[in-house]
Amino acid sequence: MSAELQALSDHIASSLGEAIEDRAIAYDELTVVARREDIVRVATFLRDDPQCRFVCFIDICGADYPAREERFDVVYHFLAPHHNRRIRVKVRTDEVTPVPSLNSVFAAANWYERETYDMYGVLFTGHPDLRRILTDYGFEGHPLRKDFPMTGYVEVRYDDGQGRVVYEPVKLSQEFRNFDFLSPWEGTDYVLPGDEKAKALRGGESDR
Amino acid sequence: MSEHNIRNFTINFGPQHPAAHGVLRLVLELDGEVVERVDPHIGLLHRGTEKLIEYKTYVQANPYFDRLDYVAPMNQEHAYCLAIEKLLGISVPRRAQLIRVLFAEIGRLLSHLLNVTTQAMDVGALTPPLWGFEEREKLMIFYERVSGSRLHANYFRPGGVNMDIQPELIDDIEAFCDPFLQVLDDLDTLVMGSRIFKQRNVDIGTITLDDCFTWGFSGPLVRSCGVAWDLRKSQPYECYEEMEFDIPVGKNGDNYDRQVIRMEEMRQSVRIMRQCLDKLRAPDGQGPVTTLDGKIAPPSRKDMKRSMEALIHHFKLYTEGFHVPAGEVYAAVEAPKGEFGVYLVSDGTNKAYRCRIRAPGFAHMQGMDFMCRGHMLADVAGVLGSLDIVFGEVDR
Repeated sequence: MSAELQALSDHIASSLGEAIEDRAIAYDELTVVARREDIVRVATFLRDDPQCRFVCFIDICGADYPAREERFDVVYHFLAPHHNRRIRVKVRTDEVTPVPSLNSVFAAANWYERETYDMYGVLFTGHPDLRRILTDYGFEGHPLRKDFPMTGYVEVRYDDGQGRVVYEPVKLSQEFRNFDFLSPWEGTDYVLPGDEKAKALRGGESDR
Repeated sequence: MSEHNIRNFTINFGPQHPAAHGVLRLVLELDGEVVERVDPHIGLLHRGTEKLIEYKTYVQANPYFDRLDYVAPMNQEHAYCLAIEKLLGISVPRRAQLIRVLFAEIGRLLSHLLNVTTQAMDVGALTPPLWGFEEREKLMIFYERVSGSRLHANYFRPGGVNMDIQPELIDDIEAFCDPFLQVLDDLDTLVMGSRIFKQRNVDIGTITLDDCFTWGFSGPLVRSCGVAWDLRKSQPYECYEEMEFDIPVGKNGDNYDRQVIRMEEMRQSVRIMRQCLDKLRAPDGQGPVTTLDGKIAPPSRKDMKRSMEALIHHFKLYTEGFHVPAGEVYAAVEAPKGEFGVYLVSDGTNKAYRCRIRAPGFAHMQGMDFMCRGHMLADVAGVLGSLDIVFGEVDR
C-alpha cells in the first residue's frame, strides 16, 4: 500500500513539477501540498491522468492556523474508485488572497467552496455564486476561525412586545470554562509554605 | 393571455413543510408546473458542530455525532472513532468490532426503514411510515438496551464500545430477524409493487455515474447507477472483510432504483447481523469490548473500587481526556446515506484541532438543482425523498 502510494506520489510530483510544493505519506494517506495558483491544473490532472483517476469528489474544507503567515489551509479530498485510492490536496492562503475555484473541474465544488468561504472567509475566484450557506441570513464573521469565540457574538430570542425575533449580544451567566491541560502535573516546582524549612533542616542534618 | 406574457414565477417551499424532511427552504423557479431552477437554502439547523468539537475533549465530542444523522446515530460515531483510533494507532478487540458491525447494520435498518416508507408518504401513501416506525421502535429498543438511550446512543467509543452486550439481547436481536424479513417482504409487495409508487418514482430524478462522481454522491445513489461501490467491501473497516453479503445495484439511476436498493440492503444487513450474532456467541467472539490500554479506555467499575491505578485513570480520562498524537487522518464509513467521513487534525493535545465532518447529505442536497430541472413540481418532494436527506447532517 505504502509503496504504491509512494509511486503515485512520485508520479504526481514529476508530472506537475513546480505546482507541487510538498508531499507526504502518513497513516497510509497521501497528502500533497499544491501551489495555490495551480490548484485547478492539479485537480484536472488528478482527475484525468490514467494513473491517478481521482474522478470522485469527496470534500473541500478549510483549516485555520493563525500562527502561520498564510493562515488558512484549503483541504481537498478526492477518491479514485477505479484504483481504490484516496488523496488529500492542500493549498495555503490568507484572508485576502483568493484561491481559484474548482467549479469547472468538479460540479460539487460549488457548495463546498461556499461553505469554506462561510466558515473561514477564504475567497474563491471564478466561483459563480459565493454566498454564505450554513450561517444565518445577515450573519457577520467567519465562525470556524480560531479567533471567533465559540459562543459567538449574538443570540436570538422571541420578543413578545415587538412580536418578532430579536438579535442581542450574547450574555453568558457563566464564563465558558476552558481548562488548560497542557501543563502536566509532574512539571510544577512550586514550594508549599514551610517546605523550604524542612529542606534546609534536612540539609543541616546531612552536614552533621 | 398571449405567449410572451407568461413568465416564470418563484415559490418558496418550506422551511416548514412535511415533505422537506426537516428544515429545508427551497426557492423554486417554475415555468407553469415545470421546475426551472431549485435554490436550496440550507443551514436552518446549523449548530456549529465542528466548532463545538474543537472545544471538547475527544470523548466529550462523541455525542455530537449522534446528532448529525439522527436516524442512524451509531454509524456517525463509528467514523469518528475510526479516525481517532487511526491517529492513536490502537486496535479494537474482536468482540467490540462485532458489536460495532452489528449496531452499524441496525443503524442502516433504522435509516432505510425511515427513508423507504417516508418516500411512500412523499408520493401520497400515508400508512407505510407507520409500518416502518413500528419496526424502528423495536430497533431503538435494542439501542436502548445496549446504550441506555434510544436515539443519542454515545455507544461507540475510541477503542471499542461502551458496554458489553447481554446474551439475552443477542437472542432478542436474533428473534427480531425473521419476522423483520417478513415485514420487508410485505413492504416489498405493498410499497415497491404499488402501481402508484412506481408511477411516481420510475424515471424520476435520473442520474448517471459521471454525475455521481462530479457531484460527490455516494451510497445508494452511486449504486443505483450500476456500480457496486460500497466502502464495506472496497475499503473494509472493522470485521466487514469476514462478513458475507452482497451489494445490490440498480441500472437506471432513478428514484425507484434507489428505493429498491435500500430494500435489498436491509435484507443484506439482516444477513450481516445474523453472522455477527453467531460470531458473538462463538468462543473466539468472547473477550473484552474495549481496548485494554488504560490510557485511552476507562477502567471497569469493579476495578475502580479496588485499584488505585484504575481510579487515577478514570479521573484523568474524564477530566483531561487522552492526548492524541499530532497528525491528520481521514476516516470514512459506509453510512446508510453514503460515505460519511471525518477529517481529523490533531495537534497533540486532548482536543481535536480541526474536525471536519464530511456528510453525504450535503453533497446530495446540492444535486437537487440539476436533478429537479425539467421535472414537475410534484416530483420535487419525490426526488428529495429519494436522496435520503436528514438535516442534522446536512447543516451540521
